[in-house]
Amino acid sequence: MEEKTVKVKINGKEYEFPAGITILKACEKVGIHIPTLCYLEGVSEEGSCGVCVVEVKGARTLQRSCITELLEGMEIYTDTPAVKEAREMNLELALAHHPLDCMTCDKNGDCLLQDLAYEFNVKKSVFLDESEIYEKEKQTAWDTNPFIQFDPQKCILCRRCVDACENQAIVEAIGIAMRGIDEKVTTPFNLPLEQTNCQFCGECVQACPTGALIEKPRIGKGRIYDFKATDTVCSYCGVGCNIRLYTDKNNNIVMAKGLPNKLVNDTRTCVKGRFGFEYVNSKDRLTSPLIKENGKFRKASWDEAIQYIARKLTEIKNKYGSDSIGVLGSSRCTNEDNYVVQKFARAVIGTNNVDNCARLCHSSTVTGLKMALGAGAATNSIDDIKDADVMFIIGSNMTETHPVIAQIVKKHQKDDGAKIIVCDPRKTDIAKVADVFIQHNPGTDVALLNAIMKIIIDEDLVDEEFIKEHAVGFEQLKEELKDFDLSEASKITGVDLNLIKQAAEIYGQAKNATIFYTMGITQHTTGTDNVLSIANLALITGNLGREGAGINPLRGQANVQGACDLGALPNVFPGYQSVTDESVREKFEQAWGVKLPKDVGLPVSKFGEAALSGKLKAVYVMGENPLMSEPDINRVREGFEKLEFIVVQDIFLSETAQIADVVLPAAAAYEKDGTFTNTERRVQLLRVAKEKLKGTKFDWEIVSEVASAMGYPMHYKNSAEIMDEAASLTLSYAGIHHYRLEKQGIQWPCKDDSDPGTKILHRNGHFNKPNGRGVIHAVKFKPPAELPDKEYPFVLTTGRILYHYHTGNESRRVKVLDEFVPENYIEISKKDADKLNLKDGEIVKVTTRRGSIKVKTRVSDRPKEGVVFVSFHFHEAAANILTNPALDPIANIPEYKVAACRIEKV
Amino acid sequence: MKKTSILEDLQKAESHSKENYITFKDVLQISENKKTPLSKIYGVGTFYSMLSFKPRGRHIIRICGGLACHLAGGDKLINKLKEVLQVDVGETTKDGLFTLEENSCLGLCSVAPVMMIDDEPYGNLTEEKVEEIIKSIKEGTKK
Repeated sequence: MEEKTVKVKINGKEYEFPAGITILKACEKVGIHIPTLCYLEGVSEEGSCGVCVVEVKGARTLQRSCITELLEGMEIYTDTPAVKEAREMNLELALAHHPLDCMTCDKNGDCLLQDLAYEFNVKKSVFLDESEIYEKEKQTAWDTNPFIQFDPQKCILCRRCVDACENQAIVEAIGIAMRGIDEKVTTPFNLPLEQTNCQFCGECVQACPTGALIEKPRIGKGRIYDFKATDTVCSYCGVGCNIRLYTDKNNNIVMAKGLPNKLVNDTRTCVKGRFGFEYVNSKDRLTSPLIKENGKFRKASWDEAIQYIARKLTEIKNKYGSDSIGVLGSSRCTNEDNYVVQKFARAVIGTNNVDNCARLCHSSTVTGLKMALGAGAATNSIDDIKDADVMFIIGSNMTETHPVIAQIVKKHQKDDGAKIIVCDPRKTDIAKVADVFIQHNPGTDVALLNAIMKIIIDEDLVDEEFIKEHAVGFEQLKEELKDFDLSEASKITGVDLNLIKQAAEIYGQAKNATIFYTMGITQHTTGTDNVLSIANLALITGNLGREGAGINPLRGQANVQGACDLGALPNVFPGYQSVTDESVREKFEQAWGVKLPKDVGLPVSKFGEAALSGKLKAVYVMGENPLMSEPDINRVREGFEKLEFIVVQDIFLSETAQIADVVLPAAAAYEKDGTFTNTERRVQLLRVAKEKLKGTKFDWEIVSEVASAMGYPMHYKNSAEIMDEAASLTLSYAGIHHYRLEKQGIQWPCKDDSDPGTKILHRNGHFNKPNGRGVIHAVKFKPPAELPDKEYPFVLTTGRILYHYHTGNESRRVKVLDEFVPENYIEISKKDADKLNLKDGEIVKVTTRRGSIKVKTRVSDRPKEGVVFVSFHFHEAAANILTNPALDPIANIPEYKVAACRIEKV
Repeated sequence: MKKTSILEDLQKAESHSKENYITFKDVLQISENKKTPLSKIYGVGTFYSMLSFKPRGRHIIRICGGLACHLAGGDKLINKLKEVLQVDVGETTKDGLFTLEENSCLGLCSVAPVMMIDDEPYGNLTEEKVEEIIKSIKEGTKK
């Protein structure tokens, strides 16, 4: 179909434009400058400020170009005296009570109002009300939070912040209240921001064109022209937000902004992205190698430390064999770091005992999706969430764990009417906006998914053609579900059958349905079964292989996808090439020039036991903290304490580093170059936002030096060279090189230097399995390893909260985050709290068969009755003292999500 | 059920309140029913001067501050009301009976100066009449 166009005249010249665009857009296209103030493309298009006015011949008044549609035959003038006068007047209105104190304003040099005043030479507003300007600042809803400051006098009521909160963050915590002269931006009832649903993502601050809204931590640190700006990737979760970091002259990062990469975060970032960088500047950073002598650390030179490590590791290797040493790569480190560390384990130590904490979060995704679809990664892209009619979210508290994806999901629901189904034992934020919310019992996911599939099959909502052409195993599943008792499933899951029916029908009838899941699915002894069930659901309804239809495990850490991709796993080389495959091994032996071990190594979840049994004698840890992150950490600690030698390279003296024999100071993510691979398989380039601290080294650099000292020379010039080597051995990364990532990341598989990457896996229903068919597995429900009983009557489930991150080593060292949430708490339902006669805020003792912690009570409407929740960020009350180390038999992932506990008053 | 607007819901909430105002709880309820964020409900509510989010007296006196009333001596009436009620504009009497408010224009210019008490308009006012009206309402209430 031919696109409609309109012919118009602008400033006397004729143009043709596509129909339906605004005057402003048209002028932008042909390079005619129109100043704007309140306009923020796609976010705030209200036309409130009147700075963008233009003259349209025949129109009664000047027209606001940002909201006026271009019409056939329009004659537009953008630079007449009347236009100029009106713009000046409107600027003066905006300046009517804006203090002219640019010389002391933090936003000086980064203020749209200032730029426009300069452009139009407006020195002072004729409407200036001095009495109002110099009156004391009024109390605002922003006064008591540590993140954002609001100065009502600097506010010009452009509404960009309100619209950003409404259209980008989808939170709507703030709004416009009152009218006329009293009009102001505020919260309902002027409540302090922290008492509203605000999530402190700071999208409002980023949208503010003046100094009215500003990040509190940056106040007094300098103006924009004092800072160095660096575009890089956020170091927290797996969304991989593109951010710009600002570094001051003292080499401290002082501010962060979200970058407008439409494919990923589109200017968004969460509270940790915007405010969580401070740990990099922390005084606690390690800056010298430490060697433990007589139970105490002393400083050592790099040379001494490296030689000492090389000698000890060689000794242990010779005495007990290569497999007595375990190595941990890290989801917090770059792809290049992980490539080098797994090469070190395999080629230098000679063991496949190499793993990373993906074991603890998504190993069941890797095993399950690999069994079903042939690739253990998210099938689709963030960018095609907008193509889904139904978003099925199970076991994912995405608002807190992947905040920016949650914002995109909510926006799609709000703008396009897409449906949200949420299944979660807790009524999370995303559950509150769901069209169908299923609050099932922890660990009953297979029963729930089987029930949904039974209904889909019974109601004939399956995609027969897709199954016929692209899948195997459907008959077995049908057989399994033939006598499946729906009312029994309703009893097991604790969910009304009607709700399950609704969810099944919405998902089953969708043209395109996409699934999101996280640890609620994976961290179970049935983790692999859960993932297989999810794959079943997508396969039988044909929801795979196209935009808006897929399975998206949301990856937890910035580079958890990449750490696995690059082979920090005990069973595979980079690119998931099996260590037991002889031809693969030969390829790597040739490339690395040594004989390589052929047995599958130990997963990290078995390191503790192996240390206790004496099988493991030494552990080399790069940037991980197993003594906080493993389940039943008291027992893991016991094991690690028995080890003869522990090396930890980290940025802080973590819980694990404290018991190490040698600690090596590493550079932090914001000090590195290299790459992270995000949750949608997008390999993105990091850039050095600040010089690495004196005394620290890059992780790959440290490992290379240890390798060289052990007689295996590793001399990489830079991280780009490492990626080139990895790419040459890894089909899915073959076309990934740093120079190609400058402008935009690339999604693997990327098979050569001209391959633009792969947005969607399994396109056209082609799976990397025998005959190209996806495999449906008949899965039976198995209950969790530990169920509540008389002695331990509650189900304890663990996870993350918005304001902290994993073992807390970073977020707890960010002043504003730690001030905001300084301590752990246990979420308990009102009914259960009443039963135990507990008050909100009361300290309780939580005990499981592994141990106990003391923690504050938070009475909440979120957990289901009988279920309690504790986060694992706080070493003072570490949730993993309580968790059950029972493992999924295939993926070896521990059951963090279900443990039986009791709660006592203290 | 009949579909109502946010404004209607707010008015209803206020009319159910003994103290003539909309509570936080009301707004929460409307927000939930209407699936509309609190900030929006609050924005709508504060836009209209007839709605209040603070407790008010049993009777709301709206004295007109429009041009016609002003020229007809409305300012004297405001002062009289302040004197009789012993409150300032925007305040509530100690006994909780009256809240005095000033409106920009009540649209009853033909009988200026005017005021409204609750839903009842009073036109062609004088200082004496104002005093009398207040007195009668006070007595009527006491009965």
